Amino acid sequence: MSILVDASTRVLIQGLTGREGTFHARQMLEYGTAVLAGVTPGKGGTRHLGLPVFDTVAEAVRAVGVDASVVFVPALAAAAAVMEAAAAGIRLIVCITEGIPALDIVRIKTFLHGTPAKLIGPNTPGIISPGLTKLGIMPGAIHKPGPVGVISRSGTLTYEAVNQLTSLGLGQSTAAGIGGDPIVGLSFVDLLEMFEKDPATEAVVLIGEIGGSAEEQAARTIRSGFPKPVVGYVAGLTAPPGRRMGHAGAIISGGHGTAAQKIALLEEAGVHVVRNPARIGEAAAAVLARRP
Amino acid sequence: MILFFARRNFTDEPKKDIVIAMRIHEYQAKELLESYGIPVPRGLVVTTPAEARAAAEEIGGPVVIKAQIHAGGRGQAGGILTAADPGGAATAAARLLGRPLITAQTGPAGRVVRRVLVEEVLAVARELYAGLALSREDECLVLLVSPRGGVDIETLARGEPDLVLKQAISPAEGLLPAQAGRAAAALGLTGSASGQAARLFADLVRAFEATDASLVEINPLVLTEGGALAAADAKMKFDDNGLARHADIQALLDPGEISPEELEAARAGLSFIRLDGDVGCMVNGAGLAMATMDLVALAGGRPANFLDVGGGVSEDAVAKAFMLLTAEPGVRAALVNIFGGIVRCDLVAQGIVRAARERGVHIPVVIRMEGTNVELGRRILAGSGLPFSTAPDMEMAAREAVRLARESGASR
Repeated sequence: MSILVDASTRVLIQGLTGREGTFHARQMLEYGTAVLAGVTPGKGGTRHLGLPVFDTVAEAVRAVGVDASVVFVPALAAAAAVMEAAAAGIRLIVCITEGIPALDIVRIKTFLHGTPAKLIGPNTPGIISPGLTKLGIMPGAIHKPGPVGVISRSGTLTYEAVNQLTSLGLGQSTAAGIGGDPIVGLSFVDLLEMFEKDPATEAVVLIGEIGGSAEEQAARTIRSGFPKPVVGYVAGLTAPPGRRMGHAGAIISGGHGTAAQKIALLEEAGVHVVRNPARIGEAAAAVLARRP
Repeated sequence: MILFFARRNFTDEPKKDIVIAMRIHEYQAKELLESYGIPVPRGLVVTTPAEARAAAEEIGGPVVIKAQIHAGGRGQAGGILTAADPGGAATAAARLLGRPLITAQTGPAGRVVRRVLVEEVLAVARELYAGLALSREDECLVLLVSPRGGVDIETLARGEPDLVLKQAISPAEGLLPAQAGRAAAALGLTGSASGQAARLFADLVRAFEATDASLVEINPLVLTEGGALAAADAKMKFDDNGLARHADIQALLDPGEISPEELEAARAGLSFIRLDGDVGCMVNGAGLAMATMDLVALAGGRPANFLDVGGGVSEDAVAKAFMLLTAEPGVRAALVNIFGGIVRCDLVAQGIVRAARERGVHIPVVIRMEGTNVELGRRILAGSGLPFSTAPDMEMAAREAVRLARESGASR
C-alpha cells in the first residue's frame, strides 16, 4: 500500500516534449510508472518517447484515460497548465516547476477549490511509492519499498534522508515533497492524515525547514493523536533571520518560523526530532524497533 | 537584501537569472505608486548638491532631503534632513551624498548614499499606516491599516494588536467596498478623506497585482491639514518569480545595493549568501545546504556562507561556485556536499577539478558526494592528483572540514 499513487496510477506528462519533460518521463518509464501520454500545445497528433502527444489535457483524458499529471511546463505558463489539468478532471497534479509567481499560485489554489483535484507542489521533487510508481524527478534507485512514510519541503535533503533509511534496510511506503514555495498544494497535515489511514505506513519521517508554519500545523495534528511514531528534522538552525535560504519559503521573518520554535513544538507533540541531519535514518530505525 | 538564483531550466525557456526579494528605492516606489493613482508629495531625485538646490527652487518653500538607500531606520540615523531654502537643501545634500549612512539595518559599514530625494514638506495633521502583503497563512493578499503611522508595524502589532486592522482579500472577489470602508473607519477618517482612502486601498491592490509585488507599505500615510492623503514614505518589494514578466521592474534594480560576491553568484545562476564563519559550503539544494550548515555548527565550526548550486547546474556554474567559495577572504576550509539527483556527480567533480587547476586551491577542501554517477565522480577527483579530502558521509565531511579550518586558521 501507499498514499496517493500506486501501480495503477495512469500518468500524463504536461510539457513532455521539452528537455526536462523528456528526460524525466524517460526515467519514470524506466522506473515502471504507467506514463501513458503527453501534452504539448501545438504538437498534438505526434508521438514522443513512443507516447501519444495531445494539444490539451482534456483530449488526453478522453483518449487514454489518465488520472494524474506531472507538470514540467515553464514557470510563467505553469498556472494555466495546472488549472487546465484540474478542469479536465485530473485527480492528482504534481507540479515540478520552480519559479511560479506567488500570485499565480494563489490563483491556482482558488481555482482548485472548485474541483476535486489535489495538487502536490509546486517546486517539488514529486512523489514516489517505491516499487510501484514514481511521479517526479527523484533518483528512483535510492528508494526501496517498506514501512516509512517520508514528507518534506526540500529535494536533495529528502534524497539524503531516504538514502539513510535505505542504507539501514528501511524502505518507504511513499515519499513526497510538498514543495519549497511559500504557498503550496497539499500540506504536511493533509499527508499525515493519509499516512494515518495507510496500513503500509508504520512510521513517518517529516523533514521541515525554516519559514512559514507548515511544521507548526503538523505539530498540532500530531499532538491531537497521530497514532504512528514520527521522526522529525528541521533544517536551518544556523540560518540568520531575514535572509532567504534559496527556497522562496525559507525565510525567518519577524522572529517567526525559526527552526528552534518548530523543533520545540514538534517535540511537545511527541515527535522524535533529530538535530543532526545525518541521523534521520537511525532515529527512524530506533522508533520502529521500540514499537510494541 | 538582493539575491539571485537560477530556476530549473525547463524546456525551451531561456536561462534567466531571477532576483529574489528585489527592493527598490523610495523615490522609485513613489513614482510607481503615483502611476497607479496614489497621491505622493512633490519631489525630485538628485545626485549632487547643485541639483538639490535647483530641485528645492523648483518645489518652493521648505523641503525635506531623504537619503536613498535600501535600508530602513534612515530617520534616526540622520539620513533625513530638512531645509528652509534652496541653499539649505544644497548643504543638506552635501552632508549626505557620497558618504556611508549607518542605520540599524545596514550593518556597521553602512551604505554609501548616491542619491537623495528632495521633497515638499507636508503640513501633517495625522500620520497613519497602510500596507499590503501576500500572506502565506491566509494564502491571499492582506490589507493592514493602523491609525498609528510612522512606527514599525510589526512591533506595533505585537504590542498593541488592537491598533492594527488586518483584512484578508478574497482572490476571487477582490477588495470589497465594505472592507475598504472598515479600513478607512479604522484610520479614523470620515467624509472626503474616507472616500480618498477607499480609492487609495483599491489602487494599492491594483498596483500590487499588476507588478507581482510581495509587499507595499505606506508608512506614514499622511493626512494633511488640508484634508488630503499622501504617501510620505513608500516601500515596495517584489516577488522574484514574478519579475520575469516585468522588464520595467527589473530595470529599477540598483546594482550598487548588492555585494559584488552576490552579484557574481547571481551572474553564474547561483544562490549565495555570505555569513560570518570560516567553513565555506557548496551544496546542491537549499534544504541540504541548510542541513550542511547545521552540521558544521554541530561539529563546532561556523559556516562562511550559504551556497546552493541548484538543480540543473552546469559544469561551468560548479567551477564558478568553487572559485567564488575558495576566494572568500574569511574561508579557511571548504566543504562540498553533493547529493546527485538531476545533478551528476561526475559533472560536479569536473567543475571542481577545472576550477582548482585554473585558480589553484589555497585552503583544504573536503568533498562528499552521493547519488547519480558517484563512482565516476570519485574517480575524477582521485585521478586529478589534487589534494582533496573525501568523506563517506556528510557528518564526517563536516567534522573534517571544521577540523581543517581550525588547523589552517592556527597555522596563519
